[in-house]
Amino acid sequence: MSVVLSSDEAATAQAEIAEKTVLGLTPDGWLRILAPLLIGVLALGGWEWAVRAKEIPSYILPGPIEIGRTLMADWGTLSGSLLITLQITFAALFVAAGLGLLLAVLFAQSRVIELSLFPYAVILQVTPIVAIAPLIFIWVDDIRIALLICAWIVAFFPILSNTTLGLNSADHNLADLFRLYRANRWQVLRYLRLPTAMPYFLAGLRISGGLALIGAIVAEFVAGTGGRASGLAYRILEAGYQLKIPRMFAALVLISVTGIAIFGALSLISHLMLRHWHESAMKERK
Amino acid sequence: MPEVDVGVGAPVLSLAGVTKRYANGTLAVRGVDLAVGQGDFVSLLGPSGCGKSTVLRMMAGLIPPSGGRIAMAAGGDATGDIGFVFQEPTLAPWSNALRNVMLPLRLAGVAKPEAEQRAAAALASVGLAGFERSYPRALSGGMKMRVSIARALVTRPRLLLMDEPFAALDEITRHRLNNDLLTLWQAERFTAIFVTHSVFESVYLSRRIVVMAARPGRVVADLPVDAAYPRGEVFRTSAEYAAHCRAISSALSRAMGE
Repeated sequence: MSVVLSSDEAATAQAEIAEKTVLGLTPDGWLRILAPLLIGVLALGGWEWAVRAKEIPSYILPGPIEIGRTLMADWGTLSGSLLITLQITFAALFVAAGLGLLLAVLFAQSRVIELSLFPYAVILQVTPIVAIAPLIFIWVDDIRIALLICAWIVAFFPILSNTTLGLNSADHNLADLFRLYRANRWQVLRYLRLPTAMPYFLAGLRISGGLALIGAIVAEFVAGTGGRASGLAYRILEAGYQLKIPRMFAALVLISVTGIAIFGALSLISHLMLRHWHESAMKERK
Repeated sequence: MPEVDVGVGAPVLSLAGVTKRYANGTLAVRGVDLAVGQGDFVSLLGPSGCGKSTVLRMMAGLIPPSGGRIAMAAGGDATGDIGFVFQEPTLAPWSNALRNVMLPLRLAGVAKPEAEQRAAAALASVGLAGFERSYPRALSGGMKMRVSIARALVTRPRLLLMDEPFAALDEITRHRLNNDLLTLWQAERFTAIFVTHSVFESVYLSRRIVVMAARPGRVVADLPVDAAYPRGEVFRTSAEYAAHCRAISSALSRAMGE
């Protein structure tokens, strides 16, 4: 003997409303793309016009077209530097994600460990990286490792604090259910606390992605021209000394685009992982 | 329809002088004595703050009593012998319906293929065959509650504890779920303890209604509802049902007026 679900009870579940689309995008979606694009085109146009009309020399302010030309001409040098900066950024992000997650799980298992270590994580976070970086360059011989450590210090805190918060945010009724079925510590972690923490971890990862890039760039600046690594920050310093201002701007453009790409990629990963269940990944309704 | 035998067996759960005092000194429950027979359907009925949910949580072992004794008759598995349905569906939003129902089995160490099979059967028994892959957010309130009931029943517990499970649902859905709950109860022969503040719901479902009063929470009346099962819409509109509701209502007002 079993029960049968009535059709109208089931029907309420399928309340997905089909929206009108133009070329695969909703009007709102088009607005999201076109409005910022228009502002960008206007701003760049105004910039180019000002540079030409006032005849500003390119060693003071180059126009966007010249910057674009430099970017293409110097692509060989710049792309090599970009690759080095990217390597450091992603290595730092990877270590930050792994260690942040590991430490957060450790904190969640023992209140004593959390209380003893968390203040030091805060100290590490609030001390400006520019101030610590010179020390790290003295202590660590390999400049790549030193840069990695600097970027990691900047990137790791959001992951640690967010994941710790997430691990402690489990629904208390669900937690009761786990107690009712006498789940052990590992099962609670595996089936309840880690899934609960996932959106928090991913939000931390998105913040850390940008911070890892900033950390890598700042550390390269501190390492300066004396350094043997030649990331994008080194190119900016070098171009500054040589008064190659268009190249400076080209490197700057690459850094911005990289930051946007990292944020976009991490947002996409977060969306793909949460789209089935988390509010943050739901289709926005207005 | 043939009358269903719903004979009640030996006590499966007994409470003796159970008291609960919270850390802040509030006496939530005082001296509750209650024996629930195997296969019975008992409602705990009372106003909010009468400690009925507290009693239920103590029965489940989720909170310890401050005094008295709670004993469950020997037999059955240690884990999964009690099913619990909360007021909210309390589903894991990151898991689909099937994996939500599988959870108690996975926690008990049941192998995945068997757990999947049993969970699918439990979902089918609450009328949700075909919704195995649906995530909770895609289900209506009533369907989520069905998943929650399937999860509570998947371990085939001897005792099913329900804490106002249908309070947040609309009346039509609530009536349907009441009927389906009775169908499941008659088929699977578990012992049901149902917390509610609705006189009508308790009369419709139960063989026995334990009326509780507040400040401090205590049992003030213990009344049988000796109407035959299966109960359906005919029972809901009968004079017999109305008479039971009147009797329980007046017991409840006496309890609140004391």
